[in-house]
Amino acid sequence: MSIAATQNRGFGATLWDYLTTVDHKKIGNMYIAAGAFFFLIGGLEALIIRIQLIKPENDFITAGLYNEMITMHGTTMIFFAATPILIGFMNAIMPLQIGARDVAFPFLNALGFWLFLFGGILLNLSWIFGGAPDAGWTSYAPLSLQSPGHGVDFYVMGLQLSGAGTLMGGINFIVTIVTMRAPGMTYMRMPLFSWTTFVTSILILFAFPALTVGLFLLMFDRMFGSAFFDVALGGNAIIWQHLFWIFGHPEVYILILPAFGIFSEIIPAFSKKRLFGYTSMVFATFLIAFLGFMVWAHHMFTVGLGPVANAIFAVATMAIAVPTGIKIFNWLATMWGGSITINSAMLWALAFIPSFTIGGMTGVMLGAASADYQYHDTYFVVAHFHYVIVGGVVFGIFAATHYWYPKLFGRILNEGMGKLAFWLFFIGFHLTFFIQHFLGLMGMPRRYWVFLEGQGLDTGNLISTLGAFLMGLGTIVVLINVIYTAVKGEKAPADPWDARTLEWSIPSPPPEYNFKKLPLVRGLDPLWIEKTEGKGKMTAAEPAVDIHMPNGSIFPFIMTIGFFIASLGFIFQVDNHLWLLAVYFGMALALGTMLARSLKDDHGHHIHKEELEREAD
Amino acid sequence: MNGWMGKIRTVLLLGILSIVLAACGKENLTALDPKGYGADTSMDMIILTTLIMVVVFIVVIIIYSIVLIRFRRKKGQEDYIPKQVEGNHTLEMVWTAIPILLVLIMGIPAVMTVFNLADESEASDSLNIEVTGNQYWWHFNYAGEEVVTSQDLYIPTGEKVYLNMQSSDVIHSFWVPSISGKMDVNPENVNTMYIEAYEEGVYWGKCAELCGPSHSLMDFKVIAVSPEEFEQWIGDMQNVDPAAIPQDAVAQEGKDLFEANNCMGCHAIGSSPSAVGPNLTNFGDRTKIAGYLEPTEENIVDWIMDPDSIKPGNKMAGMYPDLTKDEASSIAAYLMQLKPSEITPESAGGIK
Repeated sequence: MSIAATQNRGFGATLWDYLTTVDHKKIGNMYIAAGAFFFLIGGLEALIIRIQLIKPENDFITAGLYNEMITMHGTTMIFFAATPILIGFMNAIMPLQIGARDVAFPFLNALGFWLFLFGGILLNLSWIFGGAPDAGWTSYAPLSLQSPGHGVDFYVMGLQLSGAGTLMGGINFIVTIVTMRAPGMTYMRMPLFSWTTFVTSILILFAFPALTVGLFLLMFDRMFGSAFFDVALGGNAIIWQHLFWIFGHPEVYILILPAFGIFSEIIPAFSKKRLFGYTSMVFATFLIAFLGFMVWAHHMFTVGLGPVANAIFAVATMAIAVPTGIKIFNWLATMWGGSITINSAMLWALAFIPSFTIGGMTGVMLGAASADYQYHDTYFVVAHFHYVIVGGVVFGIFAATHYWYPKLFGRILNEGMGKLAFWLFFIGFHLTFFIQHFLGLMGMPRRYWVFLEGQGLDTGNLISTLGAFLMGLGTIVVLINVIYTAVKGEKAPADPWDARTLEWSIPSPPPEYNFKKLPLVRGLDPLWIEKTEGKGKMTAAEPAVDIHMPNGSIFPFIMTIGFFIASLGFIFQVDNHLWLLAVYFGMALALGTMLARSLKDDHGHHIHKEELEREAD
Repeated sequence: MNGWMGKIRTVLLLGILSIVLAACGKENLTALDPKGYGADTSMDMIILTTLIMVVVFIVVIIIYSIVLIRFRRKKGQEDYIPKQVEGNHTLEMVWTAIPILLVLIMGIPAVMTVFNLADESEASDSLNIEVTGNQYWWHFNYAGEEVVTSQDLYIPTGEKVYLNMQSSDVIHSFWVPSISGKMDVNPENVNTMYIEAYEEGVYWGKCAELCGPSHSLMDFKVIAVSPEEFEQWIGDMQNVDPAAIPQDAVAQEGKDLFEANNCMGCHAIGSSPSAVGPNLTNFGDRTKIAGYLEPTEENIVDWIMDPDSIKPGNKMAGMYPDLTKDEASSIAAYLMQLKPSEITPESAGGIK
């Protein structure tokens, strides 16, 4: 299928193309678009929370609805906004950076995306079917067992579906990076974003199963009368906390490591310098990932695990500051002596450094367990993790959007609007969250529907709400920018930033097969090497050959629909056993499609070299 | 105040910082103005870690500012290609070694204070109180004293009081920011922590673990009184006669209604261990109604008539639909004259 043929087609054909696509770039774009949609929903929920807290003893929404809002805000932002948008960038960019034509398992890639999307849809359906989950995004037992209605059931099934999708994505990226690097692309020549994709995928592989197990136990407790977490029947509720945080803490690094990778691409590109201390950056990434599994109980300092556990986890937590500090100083050293261009992408990267440093520092402070007894479950913690996740991850996502938008969509985002959005969001962010450190220490626990009058918390909360609206405004400007760019945006050349890595050596947007001839990689920053020491473009590592490409398939979509129907069946069979039919039908559809996929030989297709040459003209 | 940490703090902070911090928030609620041993210990760690982190932040910001001022691309230099530096072994060693050192400086006192705050060696010689967390109120049983109360926890100043805490339903967390850091109140095990208040006062307590719709309304108070006053309070509470007939006629009617509606099925008066609803022995001395409302008769009537409008999701919701407003105010009159002791929140300095 040639590029010319993919354009000028009807809506139906385009829709079918996206439903069946196994192209990593299209899947990446769908991840980003769907994640952005959920980001807007989660942002709306955040604004509702902040309106409720604009003044003391406010009654804008009821206590029950408030708990639904905080639960859905957290769950949506972590699982359905931040994670998928980052996976989208990994999907779209990582194969280009290592010189691959697709990921290792394109079919699995599509299945992972659809599972994520329908998991998110399922979770949000809870709003219509009798109320959203209300036990917090952490869903601690026994509150989550006690929660009436089906809210928590939707939480369990929604996360289970999307979690399976994420796990598939992780496995896929690992295999892709191990087996599909271009000739000469050794591990220690891989761009940092590919490295962090690799390490993140390893984290996904080990962390998500803990969540899967926890969710299954919770599912059986709620739907089939087991008592894993029911203390009255001999269960143990604290096991949930362990399972959740054995997943949940690495999840933080699943989010932040790709963001580190993004900044490690953008800062060298706009400083015109190679990344300072590349080897130690890779090493620090691994160290953070390893330590990330050793610190989950710092979320549980007040649970009563005893001083030995608290002391060990306190020291392990503080130790993470060391590799993170290495990274911060390496970025500063990269810019030192450079020739820095400040545009929208670089602005986000520059804002990240002080913002994330504050989040990291409060992280160390929280790690001191005896101090955490005061911080724990207060607005101090809310401030801390928003500094990390907004100041780190969301800034990273915005930076990546500006940096890679030309590569993904062939157009450059408007600079003026990009800068306006940045300043609105940046100022709003610090207004919203900095004051919350103090609110927490002044005696405001988190997840409070109201704070009482006359407790000295009024001004801080008002400032925080005003800041939240600025952030909302900034997000709207980004949205307008995307629409404006789609209509009138400047067309992007292959290498608009004079950048360093392989993805900039191919057209924007790249053709379906990415590289006409696989490039020969001669070192770190291969394109930069060719631009400064070579012919200005990549040397081919192979002669022109027919390119083998996978065929599209509707099967991933059908499988997902099957699991989706089965999930609805599981949720509602509690009320009426007839819903078990939906379970049987859905599972039959999903498993039947798997069988069909296994039995059908699909050898893919070839793009012939004659066709490639024609396109070049 | 407490060893070398205290000395560091005195040297560094009796100056501006502590004044600034003390000005942050409401007295007897804020953790920034510690008035008990636990809060004090946590505050030492908060100050130590904050200071070190602020120094690190300043270093980062200085380098960052120099970078932004000196190394911006200048006009006429569009083609300038900076030297491509791979790294610098010495520099990288420096910014690895210094953080390790800082982590040690913070880690050692962190470990010491964690063990200190978990020390239970004096528990058997001290006052022990059984604390039960409930949706959405607190039950306090003075073990061995035959005294039971709820919502307002009376403790003697200047000594360690051990709290043995368990939940009757979901997880709660016991937090009195000015006195001590928090500890979770779990359904499956007893968690023990000690608190020590330095001076008399009424301190705000909060539930710090999401426990349902009224989580934010699960306030309580710690009332610290002198050891002598505490002895007196214990004696007064022990001498309460639950069957005593009130002087006032309206209150008498209220007592009859209280019994006719079987209120004591859930609410004990006296030292009965029953804890379905809050114990009401010294209800007339309570700082608040339902944890957060002013203790007026009107608020009690509102509570009895429609508890769910005051604390969504509580267990008394919708239980007494047939009670008239007059009957409710008689019950309120009865409850408000339950004042067994002269030791009250007022005598402890009143609510701030």
